[in-house]
Amino acid sequence: MRQLARQLARQLAALLATALVWAAAPAQSADDWAQTLEKARGQSVYWNAWGGDERINAYIAWVGERVAAEHGITLRHVKLADTADAVSRVLAEKVAGRLDDGSVDLIWINGENFATMKEQGLLFGPFAESLPNFRLVDVVNKPTTLVDFTVPVEGLEAPWGMAKINFIYDSARLPEPPRSTAALLDWAKANPGRFTYPAPPDFIGSTFLKQVVHDLAEDPSVLQSAVPDDATFETLTEPLWRFLDALSPHLWRKGQVHPANAPAQRQLLDDGEVDISISFYPSEASSFIANGLLPESARTFVFDGGTIGNTHFVAIPFNAAHKEAAMVVANFLMSAEAQAKKQDPRVWGDDTVLDLAKLEPAERALFDRLPLGVATLPPDKLGATLPEPHPTWMTRIEAEWRKRYSR
Amino acid sequence: MAQALQPLDDAPGGSAGRSIELLQGAPALTLLLFLGPVAAGLLGTWLPAVGHFPALGLSGPSLAPWQALIADPALPGALKLTLTSGLLGTLGAILLVIAFVAAFHGSLWLARLRRLMLPLLAVPHAAAAIGFAFLLAPSGWLIRLISPWASGWTRPPDVALIQDPAGLALAAALVVKETPFLLLVTLAALEQSNAGERLAVARSLGYRPVAAWLKTVLPAIYGQIRLPLYAVLAFSLSVVDMALVLAPGTPPTLAVLVLQWFNDPDLSMRLVAAAGASLQLGIVVLAILLWRLLEILVGLLGRRWIAGGRRGDLLEPATRALAGTVMAASMLLAAGALVGMALWSLAGRWRFPDALPSLWTQANWLREADGLLASGGVTLLLGLASTVIALVLVLACLENECRRGLQPLNRSLWLLYAPLLVPQVAFLFGVQVLAVKLRIDGGWIALIWTHLLFVLPYVFLAMAYPYRALDKRYERAALCLGASPNRVFFRVKLPMLMRPIMIAAAIGFAVSVAQYLPTLFAGSGRFVTLTTEAVSLSAGADRRIVACYAFAQALLPLLCFALALAVPAWLYRDRRSLRGAT
Repeated sequence: MRQLARQLARQLAALLATALVWAAAPAQSADDWAQTLEKARGQSVYWNAWGGDERINAYIAWVGERVAAEHGITLRHVKLADTADAVSRVLAEKVAGRLDDGSVDLIWINGENFATMKEQGLLFGPFAESLPNFRLVDVVNKPTTLVDFTVPVEGLEAPWGMAKINFIYDSARLPEPPRSTAALLDWAKANPGRFTYPAPPDFIGSTFLKQVVHDLAEDPSVLQSAVPDDATFETLTEPLWRFLDALSPHLWRKGQVHPANAPAQRQLLDDGEVDISISFYPSEASSFIANGLLPESARTFVFDGGTIGNTHFVAIPFNAAHKEAAMVVANFLMSAEAQAKKQDPRVWGDDTVLDLAKLEPAERALFDRLPLGVATLPPDKLGATLPEPHPTWMTRIEAEWRKRYSR
Repeated sequence: MAQALQPLDDAPGGSAGRSIELLQGAPALTLLLFLGPVAAGLLGTWLPAVGHFPALGLSGPSLAPWQALIADPALPGALKLTLTSGLLGTLGAILLVIAFVAAFHGSLWLARLRRLMLPLLAVPHAAAAIGFAFLLAPSGWLIRLISPWASGWTRPPDVALIQDPAGLALAAALVVKETPFLLLVTLAALEQSNAGERLAVARSLGYRPVAAWLKTVLPAIYGQIRLPLYAVLAFSLSVVDMALVLAPGTPPTLAVLVLQWFNDPDLSMRLVAAAGASLQLGIVVLAILLWRLLEILVGLLGRRWIAGGRRGDLLEPATRALAGTVMAASMLLAAGALVGMALWSLAGRWRFPDALPSLWTQANWLREADGLLASGGVTLLLGLASTVIALVLVLACLENECRRGLQPLNRSLWLLYAPLLVPQVAFLFGVQVLAVKLRIDGGWIALIWTHLLFVLPYVFLAMAYPYRALDKRYERAALCLGASPNRVFFRVKLPMLMRPIMIAAAIGFAVSVAQYLPTLFAGSGRFVTLTTEAVSLSAGADRRIVACYAFAQALLPLLCFALALAVPAWLYRDRRSLRGAT
């Protein structure tokens, strides 16, 4: 109860902060936006986005077709193996004194990468809240659209999609999946070699660690602010390492090898090398089935105590060469059309950031028409959404994990 | 090479003409174009390694990056993995080549194999690695073929057949991939030695073929294969794309670790990355020195063995059987990798343990058509541009050498091999900073230039021997008939050398297609080639799509080789001696 109250207080604080930002930032008038659209026409947007999933790549290609048709913008998807690549590229440009005409126009980003760019002054903006479609975003029930891993967004990135940890399993092979961190350990001990998680710093792998830390910590609310000191870090993460030490010998390949990312683990699940895969998108499993990437018997489950969720965004670097077109693309990504298409399990299955109540009936119908998908849990079965820890926790946990398990 | 690259020290005479002056500039231009970036890149990497990084407000010197590097928990494991895979891969490849050539010198098998080598050489490393993984993984095609009817496995076995902690899968793939190059180099060296006579003498003294070859031919040709061998060693110790696919990730090899540090969101890790990149160079230098010591040791022992006069009766059957089997297995693996990729690209659904896809479709190719055409187009343009530039420079250098009557020296080959001996991660970061400073990063110029660094040496290696071996009397006869040197070059030499030129171009093109790290660094990620796409997808994306890209990546250079063989054959269909025999 105390925890809930604290969470509520935090959300209120975030809301207040946003309201302040909103009040401070002059709302962009229709004229300004018309000017932006005018300037954007004919520009190319180099969108640096993780390219490890061809379904997402196909969706981005569709966005490219739409913004070309609608706004005369050429969208180029620069496929990244890791979002940090783009962060370091923008940095390299700052190093070389290239303060305009940068090579990155738009980045798919959240969490620690966002925190780094914000801290280093590598971002353009605030811009997000002046985009016309931002008013459709559900900032009340989806507070993570304003606070990214506890770091206030402050209009420096535009919300794009909602992620929430869920686990995919093959119901034909695994009738009763484990529904808590503790149950997972027991199950893994009984079924050696049938579970694994992507190697951090892959974002799914890191989020799995954060999930465990959260579940095992005595007081998880400590995670909501920066790591105060080494002693606190050690006390709070001690149960995580104990858990992993117990789990590792029973992992796939005895924990000596980890899949590189979640799609790689999805492949392991399809091949029957493991029984459980981890996903960030509740409808993704259905999408995998629709695309012939998982068997029809694939289903999803979540932990009874809830799972970590967050929002992913797009941001514009400070030196982007085509800021106007980048903003137009960011705005289009928040449109009902783009959001509904993204949520379609046949396409990607990434949940919307929008408040459906704010949409026109015709727009809302786009979402109503979406199939839930055979493996997707309905909203009431999806469980509580746990907040992301402060990025400093993730960085430290990743470093500590490396020290312990990557040697 | 230095001879070919050596500019004139005396000024050209008045009668020399403009084209001669231009030609005399060629060596200097070539050197600048291709050693300049390497030197600048190394400097640009070493400065941050000693703590000098103005962008982060740091101006060294400081030992902090090195302290952080040494304290990194992943370093010992990464070094072990790097050394095991790199040394085993190189050692395996060269031993296989030596044993095979020794056992099959002069046999029909060697001639047949030689024809297979060029296409195998053309298959890019990334595609080879991906195909290899498709084949050898616990859920790969080989296990599928024997499951469950023979193996009893209904699920893939939980054994690390690829990405094994010891790096053996990477080492094996390196053996398969580097064997063609070393074999071709060895065969070229054989042509320039009197191997036949040496063998005949040794055989007449009663030595068995393998012993005769090892005792009389190998010592004579080893000097010529030493540099290419060092290049293979340097490459194997620092390869990134193959390691990403086949080596484990926790910890990865040193080169991959360095790449991860370069891309770390914590920007101060760049200094550690720079230190790691410098360490990578140190590892390569050390490994080469070690290899040299090993050479001396083997040389000493070998001399005693040669002087001992044993005829090698015991050596004979074992070497033949072993070398033949391993070579055959290696060729089968390479072929199987290609076929496996083709199958996956046509699979709709292919679950373990089905031996073949349960559902066939062309949808993968259709769905990815746009991406394949776009990245294929960039790959093609990049390859053609860098190859044409390399070819022009190399021909200009060789023609200059020829007109000046300079004698090529073997020692000068070191210059040519510089970009191949220096690990890519050790200087590409510096090159990137340089490109950003010159404002050419993320553009075609930087990209083509960076590719040129790696294309040029191979084109030179492929062109030098045929060019120098061309009978001088043709040239003299044409000159006597009143043709100008330029006319002789264009009307006599180029047509006569058409076949080697085309082969050199095909090799250059294949080298360009295979470049992963240079494309990534110089292209600012904006240029998507079949290679970058295949590698980035290989981390986990849909195998069917990965297969499309990897297969297309392998196909492009293969087509180029086919073209290189077909064009002279068609052009000179009525001139038998110009068509070339092999």
